[in-house]
Amino acid sequence: MSIVENALGRRVPTLVNGRPQVPFAGLGQHPPTGRKYGPPVRHNADYGNDKRTPTLRAALERAGLKSGMTIGVHHHFRNGDRVIVPMFDTIAEMGIRDIVFAPSALFPCHEPLLKHLESGVIHHIEGSMNGPIGRFCSFGKMRGQGVLRSHGGRFQAMQDGELHVDLGIIPAPAADFFGNANGVNGPSACGPLGFGLADSVFADHSIVITDHLVPFPCIPWEIAGQNIDQVVVVEQIGDPEQIVSGTTRITRSPTRLLIAEHIAQFIEEAGFLGQPFQAGAGGIALAFVGFLAERMRRAGVKAPFARGGSTRYLVDLLNEGLIGYILDGQSFDLAGVASLRDNPRHVATNPFTSYNYHSKGNIASQVAVSVLGATEVDTSFRANVVSHSDGLLLHGIGGWMNTLFADVSILAFPLFRNRIPIVVDEVVTCCAPPELIDVVITERGIAINPRRQDLLDRLKGTTLPLVSIEELAAVARKVCGKPTSPRRDLDRAVAVVKWVDGTVVDTIWKVEE
Amino acid sequence: MAESVSAGRSAREDLVVTLEPGGHGLKVELESSVSRLYGQRIMEVVRDTLGRLGIRDCTASVKDQGALDWVIQARVEAAARRLDPKLTAEALPEPYRPLPGPVPRDRTRRSRLYLPGNQPDLMHGAALFQPDGLILDLEDAVAPAEKDAARILVRNALRAVDFGDCERMVRINQGQRGLDDLPFVLPHAVHTVLAPKAEKGADVAAVAARIRELGCGGRVWIMPIVESALGVLHAYEIASAAPEVCALAFGAEDFTRDIGAARSREGRESFVARCSIVLAARAAGVQPIDTVYGDVEDEAGLRAATEEAIALGFDGKGCIHPRQVAVVHAAYRPSDAEVVYALKVKAAIREAEAKGQGVIAIGAKMIDPPVVARALRVIKQAATYGIDAEGLEAAARTSAAAAAADQGAGGGEEG
Repeated sequence: MSIVENALGRRVPTLVNGRPQVPFAGLGQHPPTGRKYGPPVRHNADYGNDKRTPTLRAALERAGLKSGMTIGVHHHFRNGDRVIVPMFDTIAEMGIRDIVFAPSALFPCHEPLLKHLESGVIHHIEGSMNGPIGRFCSFGKMRGQGVLRSHGGRFQAMQDGELHVDLGIIPAPAADFFGNANGVNGPSACGPLGFGLADSVFADHSIVITDHLVPFPCIPWEIAGQNIDQVVVVEQIGDPEQIVSGTTRITRSPTRLLIAEHIAQFIEEAGFLGQPFQAGAGGIALAFVGFLAERMRRAGVKAPFARGGSTRYLVDLLNEGLIGYILDGQSFDLAGVASLRDNPRHVATNPFTSYNYHSKGNIASQVAVSVLGATEVDTSFRANVVSHSDGLLLHGIGGWMNTLFADVSILAFPLFRNRIPIVVDEVVTCCAPPELIDVVITERGIAINPRRQDLLDRLKGTTLPLVSIEELAAVARKVCGKPTSPRRDLDRAVAVVKWVDGTVVDTIWKVEE
Repeated sequence: MAESVSAGRSAREDLVVTLEPGGHGLKVELESSVSRLYGQRIMEVVRDTLGRLGIRDCTASVKDQGALDWVIQARVEAAARRLDPKLTAEALPEPYRPLPGPVPRDRTRRSRLYLPGNQPDLMHGAALFQPDGLILDLEDAVAPAEKDAARILVRNALRAVDFGDCERMVRINQGQRGLDDLPFVLPHAVHTVLAPKAEKGADVAAVAARIRELGCGGRVWIMPIVESALGVLHAYEIASAAPEVCALAFGAEDFTRDIGAARSREGRESFVARCSIVLAARAAGVQPIDTVYGDVEDEAGLRAATEEAIALGFDGKGCIHPRQVAVVHAAYRPSDAEVVYALKVKAAIREAEAKGQGVIAIGAKMIDPPVVARALRVIKQAATYGIDAEGLEAAARTSAAAAAADQGAGGGEEG
C-alpha cells in the first residue's frame, strides 16, 4: 500500500481492503464516467406472489449467504433496532465469516456486534463507526479497513458499483407478503424508509423483515415489492420507544439556546429568512428552528420548504403555514411519523433525491441554510465530524457532507465541551473541503469564512459578535489549555473517509491504546 | 497519621481529588475523560499545586471529568486544607486578564445572576448572557459540608474566569462564617459583597468593618439582603449602616416563610415589605433591588413581575437562570416617549444653567428635582440599550412639525 497526498494535502492510502482508491481531487474535480451499476436480471417464474420465508435463518440460507459477502442495512430504527444483532448471531451460528457489513449508521444498541468483529464473523464495516466499535477500529483491531461514507455517499457508492451489496436487509414497520413496505404504519413505525431504498434496488438479493404484515397491497410502498426477494415475519423488529421519541424536547442549555438565537439572527440579517432550511433533532438544530419561526412570524414570511429530520416542532410550523412542505429524510418523533402518514405536504425523500452527488442535482443543494455540528473545526475552516481530537472514531458522517452543499452551511456548537476545544489550530481528520464551510457559530462569537465576502458585506453593522476563526481558536486555547497531539501510527490506515464523489478525503490512523 | 481526604464533585467539568498522606514524594494517579488530550497537563497542575502548598509526601488520586486548570487547582487546595486545617498557603491561578478596578457605587444593577459557588461548569459561560452583575454564591447554593471548598473555587473563579463587564459580586454566608469568607475572596477584585439575611444595622457594619480591615474600604460595596420581618422593620437602619452600602435587596423566599405565609404568584404577601425596602433604600440614598423570580420556565410571569418591580420603584431584579437576564433587561428598557421627554428635561436644565436660573421649566411647567433625577437616569439607561436618543429627538421634532403642518393644511382646507 502506498500513501499519497490528496488535493487537500491529507495523506491517504491508494489501496483500501485491496481495492484501488482515488484521492480527493478538489471540489467537483472528479467527474464520474461510465454507466450505473445494475443488479442481476431476475425472472418472474422464480417468484411466487407470496414471498414469505418462515425464519431469518432459512431466508439467509435461501439467499445463498456465504463467507466474504457484503450485507447492507438501513438505520431508520436508530437505537431501537432489534434486527441486526440477532441476525449476526444467526450468521455466526451458520459458521459464516468475513462479512463486510455496510449499514447506513450504527447506534449504541449495536455494541454487541463487537464480539462478531473480534471473532471474525464481521471482516470490516463500511458505513459509520462510533462508541466501542469506533474504538475497536481506531485501535487497529478490525480485520479489514473501515470505509466511512455519508448517507449520500452510500447511495453514490452503490449506484456507481463501488460498494457491491450481496444481501440487502430491509427491516420494515409494515409490509405485505409480496415485499411492498413502508415505515409509517405498525408498532415500529419510524417515518420514512428511504435509507433502505438503495439496498432494495442494487443488492443482488434483498429481504424485507417485518413484525407487521398487512394484506396486499401495503400502501404507501416506499419499498417496492418488485425489488424484494423474500419477506420474513418476526415477533419484533424494534423497540418503539427507542426508534422515535414520544416527544422531542428543545434543549434547556442556556449556552445552546444562545447559539440557536445567534443562528436565527444570522439567517435573518444575512437575508435568508423565508428561504428553505434544513432542520434536525440535535439540541441546537431543534432550538434554532423555534427562534427562526418567531422571526418569520414577525416579518410575515414563509419558507417554501424545510428539509427534515422532522419533529413535532417542524410539524407545527407546517400546520401553521410557516413552511410550505416538509421534505423528510427521517422522523425523530411520533408527531413526525403521523404527519408524514397523514399530511400530503409532508413528503418522504430518500438519499437518491436528497443527497446523491452523482446525479442530475439533489435537494440538499436547493436548501438556503443548513445548520450542522462538528467535533472539530480548524483555523483553515477544515472540519471534522467523525473523530474526536484524540483521533478516536466517535461519530458517523450521516448527511453532514451532503448538506454542506446548501447555499450557506453553518457549523454551530459550544466553543468547548468538558474541556475539549472544538475550534482548534489543526483538525485531526478533515471531512470536507474548507470552501464548503461558510460560517462557524458559537456562544463566544461567529466566524465567517473569508471566502464568503458576500455574507460579510450583508452583515455590516450587525450586533452579532463577529470574530475571526483565529480569535475563536485563541479563546478556546486560553480557556482549555493546549491539548497534546494524539499518538497515532501514521503508517497504519485503519479507515478512510470518503467524500461524496467516492474519493478519499482523509484517513483514520491507528491510535495507540 | 491523618486519614485520606477528598474534595470536589463527581460531575462534568469537575473532579474528585483524594489525598493520602505519607510515602516518599508526590504520586499522582489519574483517571480522566480527557486523559488523551490533557492527561500530562492535569498531572503537572496537581503536582505544581501540591508543591506550592508545601506538600511533599502524598498520593493524589484524581477522577476528572474535563475540569479546567483553575478548578483542578481549587479542588487540590481544598483537599490539602482538609488534610491540614492549619495550612495557610494559597495556590492562586493566573488571572484570565488583569483584574479590573472598582465600579461606581451607583452602577446600573438591573439584573444580577446567581451562580452556585461550588459548581464550576456554570461559571465560565455566565458573562455571555450579559447580566449587569454576576453573583458567586457561597451561601444557600452551597451545602454546609462544602463551604470550605466553595470559598477556594470562588476565589479561583474570580481570577481565572472571564466575567466580562459584569459587576463581580459574591454572596457571603451569614454571621461569622460570612466574615471569614471575606479574606478569601476580597483580594481578587470583588466589586460588591452581598450580605444575606441582614436584620439590623450592626450586621452590615460588621461586614463593612471587616472589608476595611482587609484594606478594601471604599473599593468594595455592600448589598445587604433583607429576608425577614425584623429586617424589613430595620430596613432604613440597614441601608444606612455604612457608606459602603450601594443597594438594598429583598429576598422573598425566606421572608415569606418568616411571616408564615405562602409565596403566591402575584406576591401580595410581600407587597408591604417590598414597598418598605424601596422607601428605606431611597431614603438612605441607595438602590432598591427586588427579589428573584423562581419559575425559570415562565418568561411572561417574569416580565410581569419585573414590570411590577419597576412600578414599585426597584432598580433591579434577581435572576436564577441565564435566560431570565434578557427578559429583565427588556422590561427595564425605557420607552421612546420616556427618552424623548428625558431629553427635553435635559435641554431645560441646560437652558436654566445658561440663564443662571434656579428653576427648571419646560414651557410654563416647572420641573421638580426628582423628575430631573429620573430624566438623567432614563438617558443613562437609553445609552445602555444603544437607543439613539438624538435620532429619537429629531424624529419627535419632525413628527411634531408634521402634525403642526397637517393641522395647518386641514385648517386651510376648512377655510
